[in-house]
Amino acid sequence: MARVIEEASETKPRPSAWERERPALEFGSAWDYAPAPESRDHVRLAERYDLFIGGRFVPPKSRKYFATINPATEDKLAEVAEAGAADVDAAVKAAQEAYQRRWSKLKPAERGKYIYRIARLLQEQSRELAILESMDGGKPIKESRDVDLPLAVAHFFYHAGWADKLDYAFPRKTVSPIGVCGQIIPWNFPLLMAAWKIAPALACGNTVVLKPAETTPLTSLALARICQEADLPPGVVNIIPGAGETGGALVSHPGTRKIAFTGSTEVGKLIQRATAGTGKRLTLELGGKAANIIFEDAALDQAVDGVVNGIYFNQGHVCCAGSRLLVQESVIDTVVAKLEHRIATLRLGDPLDKNTDVGAINSKMQLDRITELSGYGESEGARMYQSSCKLPEKGYWFRPTFFTGVAQSHRIAREEIFGPVLAVMTFRTPDEAVEKANNIPYGLSAGVWTDKGSKIFKITAKMRAGVVWANTFNKFDPASPFGGYKESGFGREGGVHGLRAYVELS
Amino acid sequence: MDLEVRKTYKLYVGGDFIRSESGRSDPMETTGGDFFANVSRGSRKDLREAVRKARAAQTGWAASSAYLKGQILYRMAEMFEGRSGSFEEILRQTRGVTAAAAKREVRASIDRLLHYAGWSDKYTALLGTVNPVASSYFDFSLPEPTGVVGIVAPEEPDLLGLVSHLAPVIVSGNAAVVLLSQKHPLASLEFAEVLATSDLPGGVANLISGRKDELVPHLARHMDVNAIADAGGDRALSKAIGEDAAVNVKRVRAYRIADYFAEDAQGLDFIESFVEIKTTWHPIGV
Repeated sequence: MARVIEEASETKPRPSAWERERPALEFGSAWDYAPAPESRDHVRLAERYDLFIGGRFVPPKSRKYFATINPATEDKLAEVAEAGAADVDAAVKAAQEAYQRRWSKLKPAERGKYIYRIARLLQEQSRELAILESMDGGKPIKESRDVDLPLAVAHFFYHAGWADKLDYAFPRKTVSPIGVCGQIIPWNFPLLMAAWKIAPALACGNTVVLKPAETTPLTSLALARICQEADLPPGVVNIIPGAGETGGALVSHPGTRKIAFTGSTEVGKLIQRATAGTGKRLTLELGGKAANIIFEDAALDQAVDGVVNGIYFNQGHVCCAGSRLLVQESVIDTVVAKLEHRIATLRLGDPLDKNTDVGAINSKMQLDRITELSGYGESEGARMYQSSCKLPEKGYWFRPTFFTGVAQSHRIAREEIFGPVLAVMTFRTPDEAVEKANNIPYGLSAGVWTDKGSKIFKITAKMRAGVVWANTFNKFDPASPFGGYKESGFGREGGVHGLRAYVELS
Repeated sequence: MDLEVRKTYKLYVGGDFIRSESGRSDPMETTGGDFFANVSRGSRKDLREAVRKARAAQTGWAASSAYLKGQILYRMAEMFEGRSGSFEEILRQTRGVTAAAAKREVRASIDRLLHYAGWSDKYTALLGTVNPVASSYFDFSLPEPTGVVGIVAPEEPDLLGLVSHLAPVIVSGNAAVVLLSQKHPLASLEFAEVLATSDLPGGVANLISGRKDELVPHLARHMDVNAIADAGGDRALSKAIGEDAAVNVKRVRAYRIADYFAEDAQGLDFIESFVEIKTTWHPIGV
């Protein structure tokens, strides 16, 4: 396929003389930046973390603990309690009691004040939590510091203000809370996802049992400590780490009235099946395979930078990552050349280094999956481009990678890799771009790059995706609803629309 | 000799009146036990064909203006009104309701259609938002149709039930495949003639009569159906629909409506269940 593109490009305008003749940049090994590590002194790690149930940290009835490791060093950070079925039951009961006795009876404005308190405390502890997030999950400190933490804080601030204004959001309806919400979150934005789930649930008067992912439980447990510090009534927020089995017990527990899940489409379908006929409310935020579309009239440097942010942000562990790139044929050579140079400048390494662009892959399991899926790229005939950066000796790493000459039927173009791997394809007409972008069961996000405003609105309107970014990518805000079309799930998080998932209307 | 011409009630698929591919039909009787008409027994293949036609029609229908959609729904009400007598006749004969009750249901059905005709250019403003994000973007959220929606119509009231679920689904630009009341499909099949003469593009509304236990699982498992409006009222079937719907993450809304004549059996939330919210970020700058 790579060959085909080269042939096709014979008839197209060639890259400019500057692009052809400039020396190749090789930042990966030629330049060494001095390390600029963020200090870890701030972080107080316990050896062992228990479950947070009924406002207290309690040892698990399961008696099981698992290790959470730093994926950049493979060092064990701490042991974390694993919630078994009996622990899930205790957490749900604590949440039920808190719901009935305290939280649903509280004046809405008072509920809001608790949530404001949590926001403030989170803000005050941002630095420690950002470092902890990077240690536990492997994401670059500049992302946890500048994206995860500020957004998590903003989500609590935003939703705190809704607590006493719900009647304005749903005119002609009587608004009431649902009850106990079981919430299951992934490992890619651990604290941010906890905030996305907990803040609206609490604002609408519900209580929650949250299960963080097994590889990244530490910041959720730090949030539990913040709930204590905020004097949040015991049982309003319960946090129980564990893996799939714990999540399954939470979903099937008769006491949970609503399930909110962010994770893979595969697990989402199991949950949808399991909750059928139970009367439980359900929202799903599932996988994606977003298309980024570059038209020939786009500002190409800006577009390439956006594409790089779209796929390599957070090592590509982003459900809305722009993992497919559709480039108009006339500019494919230029875009590929720029992309190749751009990934050579990405700095991969210590997540706590302030200069790091690409951190560690979250787990060994995920690294294996990325390695396997990207292996199909070459075996199915695409051409691979990879940054030549050095990889640290320990830890889980994957070089920023993209493939050209990808066909729509290739696995790398159809399956969510959830890693720093981009599939590049071409198109000739806007209709073809739309057709190719939509030709997938997912529909979470999409990106459009063009200098023409009317074209933006024409194309964004045709994207079958819940979030569409024009001349930008991977932007988030608590006031902006987020969620998918088709097999990327249903329900929205954030904005007025996000409240709907946490209220009962009559 | 004054022999009446009997009517054959066929399926309505892709804007055409077709006999079932199955070649089978079921006799419908009056409440007095006399033969009234034969009704096609829709098959799995008919259903698949209906989904194919619905998918083909949906994009164009969604792209038509809100004003036009409202005009077409209003036109449906006009055609409905002109045929109200024949609907009343069918309801009286096959459901055994009084003339007054038949008239009431037909009137309510026409009014319901009119209600949704008026929604076509209003729901977007009420379900859409402009979002005050903390960065330099114009950020807005708008409802768009979910796509192809399967409707399991209630057994009774068959006519008002059909209109109550079909109108809010198509007014936002979805295309629908409806499994009609199994016991009383005749008024609904008669309604196909209203659809056919109202400028509604063929394929936007497809009506299939037949056995629900045969057809519902195929509808719920179909990979090109995006959502299900489950108003069948059968608890076991509802659970199965919910489970089968997971194959492609269908949106399912189960309705338990005690009184279809009531004011709250219509409104914005019937539309809201079958739209998707799309958020668009547009940079602000020079």
